[in-house]
Amino acid sequence: MKTLEAPLREHPFFQGLSDSHLETIAGCGRNIQFAAGETIFQEGQEADYFYVIRHGRVALDVHGSHRGAVTIETVEAGEIIGWSWLVPPYRWRFSARAVVKTRAIALDGRCLRGKCEQDSQLGYELFKRFAHVFSERLDHTILQLLDIYCETPVKRTSR
Amino acid sequence: MNNRFAEPMQPVPYRIQGFERETHDTFTLELKASDEVSRTVFAPGQFNMLYVFGTGEVPISISSHPANIASIKHTTRVVGTVTKAMHNLKAGDIIGVRGPFGTSWPLELARGKDVVVVAGGIGLAPLRPALFELIAYRERYHRIILLYGTRTPRDILFKRDLKRWRSRFGLQVHVTVDRATGAWRGNVGVVIKLIPRAPFDPSNAIALICGPEVMMRFSIEALRQRGIPQENIFVSMERNMKCGVGFCGHCQFGPHFICKDGPVFPYDRIESIFRKAEV
Amino acid sequence: MQVIDRKSFDTLFDVLRARGFEVIGPLVRDGAVVYDHLRSASELPIGWTDQQAPGTYRLIKQDSAALFGYSVGPHSWKKFFLPPTHRLWRSKRSGQGFKITTEDEKTPRYAFIGVRGCELQAISVQDQVFLRGPCTEPIYRSRREAAFIVAVNCNTPGGNCFCVSMKTGPKVTGPFDLALTEVLQGDDHYFVVETGSEKGRAVIADIPHRPAGSAEVAISEKLAEQAAAKMGRTLDSAHIKELLYRNLEHPRWDDVARRCLSCTNCTLVCPTCFCTTVEDVTDLSGEHAERWRRWDSCFTMDFSYIHGGYIRPTVKARYRQWMTHKLASWIDQFGTSGCVGCGRCITWCPVGIDITAEAKAIGADGIPASPVIE
Repeated sequence: MKTLEAPLREHPFFQGLSDSHLETIAGCGRNIQFAAGETIFQEGQEADYFYVIRHGRVALDVHGSHRGAVTIETVEAGEIIGWSWLVPPYRWRFSARAVVKTRAIALDGRCLRGKCEQDSQLGYELFKRFAHVFSERLDHTILQLLDIYCETPVKRTSR
Repeated sequence: MNNRFAEPMQPVPYRIQGFERETHDTFTLELKASDEVSRTVFAPGQFNMLYVFGTGEVPISISSHPANIASIKHTTRVVGTVTKAMHNLKAGDIIGVRGPFGTSWPLELARGKDVVVVAGGIGLAPLRPALFELIAYRERYHRIILLYGTRTPRDILFKRDLKRWRSRFGLQVHVTVDRATGAWRGNVGVVIKLIPRAPFDPSNAIALICGPEVMMRFSIEALRQRGIPQENIFVSMERNMKCGVGFCGHCQFGPHFICKDGPVFPYDRIESIFRKAEV
Repeated sequence: MQVIDRKSFDTLFDVLRARGFEVIGPLVRDGAVVYDHLRSASELPIGWTDQQAPGTYRLIKQDSAALFGYSVGPHSWKKFFLPPTHRLWRSKRSGQGFKITTEDEKTPRYAFIGVRGCELQAISVQDQVFLRGPCTEPIYRSRREAAFIVAVNCNTPGGNCFCVSMKTGPKVTGPFDLALTEVLQGDDHYFVVETGSEKGRAVIADIPHRPAGSAEVAISEKLAEQAAAKMGRTLDSAHIKELLYRNLEHPRWDDVARRCLSCTNCTLVCPTCFCTTVEDVTDLSGEHAERWRRWDSCFTMDFSYIHGGYIRPTVKARYRQWMTHKLASWIDQFGTSGCVGCGRCITWCPVGIDITAEAKAIGADGIPASPVIE
């Protein structure tokens, strides 16, 4: 839809894409809104969308068995959620809920996958951008994993 | 504090005026000089060696307002024997103080610039005096941005100060936690994540960073990617300290003594050894 | 320059004692030449010499009347200015707090007999550490100012010596109060004496002496030249700082780490190593506390402990720290090298690690030091 090209063009994730690519992508998308507290998707569900956040905040939650839901990340305007639609079995690895009223563009995953099969240049452009997202998320996960503000200091040895 | 150059290893007695539990493992001691010493003067970023009678002595960052000369605050986590003993003290008890030691945050270099403060965990404590001073002379600086990351929402320090800074003094305060439960409506994610889109002008900014070394490393990387030059990035380093005055040799970091050449360093001065393991 | 005969040399001890000095000098004990209180010249290691090699020290008795025919042993003079253990203060509980009492201790007045060129330089190096910064160390300062130094030019350097490379000997350079060169030729046994201070001049005045003749001065200079040619090893100190700074990740560090036991011997015997630790202790009642300072070593794990762990958990990192500090960082910190070329670390290392060999190995295929980039 022509009306989506403009917001997509402004979004940091899509910087540098050609007009024709943007048009192709926009063809797979629609505007969407979530109320504060609304669940966007659940862990395990089929991952059919790729969300481009325009306004608001989304919490990514993981369910531990006895721990309940733990929020592992929040995503803001200018960021994107989800690459589970890119990688088989195309199922969400976590849940997402809108923390505050959130506006986004939902891009149909199946539609996008089809377009990328036809136009491998488009596919490559998207993968380049996703590679950057993966690498950043990995860096951040490493830091979270290190538990750098660790509560229990290392035990002293006597040597 | 004491005439630190005459009798460098002798603590001066200070009375505990206040004890504030900040979080489950972090507390703030407010000390008042007793007897002959009546003024507590320090520069933001400096630390004191605090002595608990018979138990031992540790370096603790000063976390109070530099303009307050009647008392002085130290914020620390309970991490060992001495801090544990300190945690059991109460108002009226006496603690020994040596200092202040070390270099301070170079706020004079920030005039006319954006100031980006990146704090991780307890690292907010030695930055708080700098923030107090930046606010006290607010007109000297452009944007002041605080990016503060900690483990979980219950580990957030100085909640009252964060609120006041955000609402009354025109600071941009962004708080994030490494993980949270559903009740938290703020950011979740590492503090590094806040840097790429923080609203400062890299060509006219200085950055002050304090936190775990790995967090400082990634923060510096992110700030450099934004375009802040190395000489405008300042970090606060930490090493084992026994004397605080450059004689015991424990706090060496390459050729630098953290107690007298630091703890605050411009990053370009330590860049060659900062990324090397076990230096 | 003056000359003192061997017989008159004995009066040096009496003169120093009469001036209230505790005379400290070399003597043989436990198979080594160590430094301790001396009552007379007869207690010196007369006729002894030493053989030193990596990890090896042997004393050998010769048929000689030489008083100083050996080089340096495991002791250095640092233990007198920087005592291995020292109580800094005492305190006792008082109300909700405590009161500290400083020791009003009498400063010992030491007279050192037999300080070698490398050792004199080591004292200057420690002076730089403890006296020249914004803060001076009061214990070191009081003992240092009270001391009287009788230096001795080496005629017999040891097998591990490299003072020539480090420009600290064998001829002594100041500051000293008196510097002696022992000359033993046939039946002649005397000391050519150089005075280095007013205190030295005053002491010499009380000892039978005569002006040195040009021949005697020439002999003492010849002995210095001969000693300089007898160095056990060499170290290229020209660009060692840059070389080590650039090679912090050289594979040689892994190599030495496989050999190093992290036993701390080198730091104990080194005349410039100055690291100490502080211990706060109480008595059983908990009413009295003391703060003690004692020697420490960067080779211990605890040395680098901060909450959360150890900065240098591996032997590799600790050896690298010691050697780069000694030869490189020290220069940036204090304006001189930390190494004086005495060779003690090589002698007393149980596995015979040689700091000059390690420097050479890194210099051979490491990132080159020059041209120096700043």
